[in-house]
Amino acid sequence: MKINIAHVAKLANLSIDKSEETKFESQLANVLGYIERLNEVDTTGVEETSQVTGLENVTRDDKPDASLPQDVALSQAKNTHNHLFAVKGIFADE
Amino acid sequence: MNNLTIKETREKLANKEVSSVELTKEFLARIQQNNDQLNAFLTVTEEQALQDAKKADERIAQGESTPMLGIPIAHKDLYQTKGIRTTAGSKVLENYEAQYDGTVVAKLKTAGAVLVGKTNLDAWAHGSSGENSDFGPAKNPYHTDYVPGGSSSGSPVSVAAELCLAASGTDTGGSIRLPASFCNVVGLKPTYGRVSRYGVISMASSLDSIGHFTKTVEDNALYLQITAGKDPMDATTPPVAVPDYTQNISQGVKGLKIGVPKEYFVEGLDPKVKEIIEKALKWYESAGAELVDVSLPHTSYAIEVYYIIQTAEVSSNLARYDGIRYGNDRSFFGDEAKRRIMLGTYVLSAGYYDAYYKKAMQVRTLLKRDFEEAFKKVDVMITPASPTLPWKLGEKTDDPLSMYLSDVFTVHANLVGVPGLSVPAGFVETLPVGMQILGPHFSEDKLYQVGYAFEQANPVWEKRPIL
Repeated sequence: MKINIAHVAKLANLSIDKSEETKFESQLANVLGYIERLNEVDTTGVEETSQVTGLENVTRDDKPDASLPQDVALSQAKNTHNHLFAVKGIFADE
Repeated sequence: MNNLTIKETREKLANKEVSSVELTKEFLARIQQNNDQLNAFLTVTEEQALQDAKKADERIAQGESTPMLGIPIAHKDLYQTKGIRTTAGSKVLENYEAQYDGTVVAKLKTAGAVLVGKTNLDAWAHGSSGENSDFGPAKNPYHTDYVPGGSSSGSPVSVAAELCLAASGTDTGGSIRLPASFCNVVGLKPTYGRVSRYGVISMASSLDSIGHFTKTVEDNALYLQITAGKDPMDATTPPVAVPDYTQNISQGVKGLKIGVPKEYFVEGLDPKVKEIIEKALKWYESAGAELVDVSLPHTSYAIEVYYIIQTAEVSSNLARYDGIRYGNDRSFFGDEAKRRIMLGTYVLSAGYYDAYYKKAMQVRTLLKRDFEEAFKKVDVMITPASPTLPWKLGEKTDDPLSMYLSDVFTVHANLVGVPGLSVPAGFVETLPVGMQILGPHFSEDKLYQVGYAFEQANPVWEKRPIL
């Protein structure tokens, strides 16, 4: 089983060059070949586990609380504009 | 300084034999002297440490004597420390300064512990050897050509080499227990949710456990006493009462049932490691414990389940690093992060979700049942922490699969959420071997009791590296 590296990289917003593509393809095929052993296990009727200590529906009181001040939240951004995060335009002509 | 524990240091501080400032200066000098060789620290917080030590001395002078007051510690560089560079071992966060303290960082600060620096790690905590750090690998202090284990690599090195008295770590698939074993220190992976994950950079959120390294078992309990408990900032911390972790520590092991899971003593386990663990088991028997053969039948599938669930969660958690709000853009990710993001994206993608992710979550249920059945028969289980001795730097770096397999004895505990304690068990020539003590959810006090009994009779931890 091979992973289509170019496709998966696009989904994950990673830029991968050609030489990396070959390397990752063979390394991940190796790992994937290994994890396919799971097919040996009969899981008919077995429920899935995503939480191990039995907690359910954890909520907090609906009370507003202090959060990071704006200047602190922005302090690590490379590009800001009018006290906001600056991002690239979504439409090509902007 | 030689083999100083937290417990002894607290007494010396209380008796005014030494001040926290003097102690901190001594540790800072040792870091200065040894860090070029060991690469344990990525950042040293000298100025802040001396200020905090001074404050601790003032509190001591007023008669305060809480367990971590004035004690020099280090944090794995995955812990957010306000105003201090926090890199996650990755070039993506090379210049990132944390904007707030994580819960554990804040708790230790309030308790008066003195932070001397941030320790090296595999980038994003992805790795078993420390070699995936974007800032060069930390070295094993017992043999600097060998790996210290990972992903928490600098923390156990800093404790073993006496560059601080305790250091934090994170354990998602063995990242505390394996390096503790490789560096002859005590490492705890607490029950999932026992210690808050808030403010620790996430790797795989359903597996991440927040623990720490110390020289001795009792020191380890003193530290957990500060960090354990429910936190409103982390919804996965259950409202389970925090016991006094040292209260029953010296009760011994007479009458305790210790399980020996047969799936952990199989081909692939280094015979020299096996010999040391079997010797430790014999000691427990001689001390009055009963050894019981148990079976965890799905063990051999744990690695597969782990590398599906973990990479799926990694791909989701690392999606936030886009270079907009903090850090550099995604081109700064190293190879291992890229591999895990891509594998995780793949197993979650349309058409493959059922075959991989759903299947893994089902087998996770079977792994959980294995443990539940075993703990009906025994109080704790003992296994090796690692199937092999520490390996040479560079030996596995080109073969991700063989690196992944080094977690074979540790990932099971993360998938089912149980606590594990790695305790120094012996040496093969110059290389340390640790044993893993596993217990049911929230049985950390029992693990300490079992570990302490062995350590008192077999003080393997006292053998410090020669630097």
